[in-house]
Amino acid sequence: MNILVCVKQIPDPATPGELTAEHTLKREAKLILDESDSFGVEMALQLVDKAGGGDVTLISVAPNGEVSGLRTALAMGAAKAVLVSDPSLSGSDSLSTAKVIAKAVERVGDADLLLTATESTDGYTGTIPAQVAELLDWPSLTFAKQVTIADGKVTIQRQTEAGYDVVEASLPAVVSVTAGVVEPRYPSFKGIMAAKNKPVDAVKPADLGLADDQVGWAGARQKITSVEQAPERQAGEKIEDDGTAFEAVVAYLEKLKVV
Amino acid sequence: MKILVFAEADNGAPVTSTLELLTKARALGDVEAAYVGSDVDAVAAAVGEYGATKLYTADSQGSLVGVVGASLIAAVIAVGQPDLVLFAQTYDGRDAVGRLSARIDRPVLTNGYSVTVDGDSVSIGAQVFGGRVLVETQFTGPTPHLAAIRPKSFVAEPSGGAAATIEQVDLGETGRSTEAKVLDHHVEEREGPKLEEATIVVSGGRGIGSAESYGPLVDELAQLLKGASGASRAIVDAGWVPYSKQVGQTGKTVKPKLYIALGISGATQHLVGMKGSDNIIAINKDAEAPIFSVADLGVVGDVQKVVPKLIEALKAKS
Repeated sequence: MNILVCVKQIPDPATPGELTAEHTLKREAKLILDESDSFGVEMALQLVDKAGGGDVTLISVAPNGEVSGLRTALAMGAAKAVLVSDPSLSGSDSLSTAKVIAKAVERVGDADLLLTATESTDGYTGTIPAQVAELLDWPSLTFAKQVTIADGKVTIQRQTEAGYDVVEASLPAVVSVTAGVVEPRYPSFKGIMAAKNKPVDAVKPADLGLADDQVGWAGARQKITSVEQAPERQAGEKIEDDGTAFEAVVAYLEKLKVV
Repeated sequence: MKILVFAEADNGAPVTSTLELLTKARALGDVEAAYVGSDVDAVAAAVGEYGATKLYTADSQGSLVGVVGASLIAAVIAVGQPDLVLFAQTYDGRDAVGRLSARIDRPVLTNGYSVTVDGDSVSIGAQVFGGRVLVETQFTGPTPHLAAIRPKSFVAEPSGGAAATIEQVDLGETGRSTEAKVLDHHVEEREGPKLEEATIVVSGGRGIGSAESYGPLVDELAQLLKGASGASRAIVDAGWVPYSKQVGQTGKTVKPKLYIALGISGATQHLVGMKGSDNIIAINKDAEAPIFSVADLGVVGDVQKVVPKLIEALKAKS
């Protein structure tokens, strides 16, 4: 069982985001592993373990050569990584990024499954799993809250508004996993040390057969026409609870006539 | 401007986000809809009432409706060439727009909250950085343009139009995409309204203390107020509640009459999903929590102490 996992390296979501003059996300500080992707990495490690063998390979796309987020996922137990990196990727939209990922999947070859998060924390377009699946002509099973693999098939519980659907497809397939489906392990000290020597295959879009105008701003076929600050909402009354604050809440609810 | 809307329905009735898109689309141009699922006659009548003149449809044959929807729309585009195709940013809407975008090699603008048409040009507005910054993006490539719009961006209003004409569409080659089959639907019992349609939403965050506290604090208060219960990303990531309850950037947008945030610090990730609410009450231990910057009533206190008293007082009143 060989499983690929998309992992994005993002600016720390705890720090306020900023745009560059070119309207891309500022990525100057160290990038970290998107927490959304830690669920896919953990799921992949568990599925490979259950299957009794195989490799977990990471795929990451970044305009700069950042590897620190990748090292975190390698320290969790992934065997190796493909990092597609080049300044020409700056400004890439979701479809261009999906094209890069699909080519990287083909470069690794011999994969049974591609796991992704439902969306990244920074860009959150939420379309890449379906786009990559379409480019590879693989089935896509999205919004999984449970994943099982048996007899060459993957079966998921797919989150719906009403509950969940059981969805099944033959392999290879793309599966996007929702947050919280598994508990991501913390990298051990041994894992962190081992991650330093795990292979990272660093490639450029051109190495994957992608032309410059298929990625970055050229490939995105869109332009940002305005960026402005949103009007701020005003804060109202703030009280300290002295044991009776619930009464203020009740009074507020009465004022709104909801009780 | 010819606009095609990807319509979704639940038990024969279009979902609210579909009606919102139709309402917006008919103000911008001529509207048609594409739909995969059952109850086609009822859906055609309902989308007609919101301005669609035609309903293209195909049978899902057990595959995911978003995936089949992509093939359906690709077939419609091959003969009808709409200028713009709108999707709601829902589970199936995201499957459909993602698949279609790769199939016809067109970019997609996502998380839109506005659509602006000026002559032939189309722009989509989106909120970034937790809604602090508004960005307008214009399509520069060939049509059709594809956009996914967050539910609650527009208000649905019927136009009183006649039922849409139904046109069955032959899907043609779908490749391996339709191999993913739905074997079973599982409906979880839910009391009260849907999260996105509720007039009152009560959400819980880390401050509720544990997964076990969600029922007695968040669900209980939501039920007492006949509202829906939601959650911050932190407790969804922790596995306390499912993803469908998440309010925020990577979850749902809600705009209820009243939003009550229990033990939620108010990361920008969360604020973007709820700060459009008419009224906001926040209860949180940390007086510096950002949630207080958007709250009309802020209570600095322990949710685990304040909420049981609040529930008791509300029960005594009813």
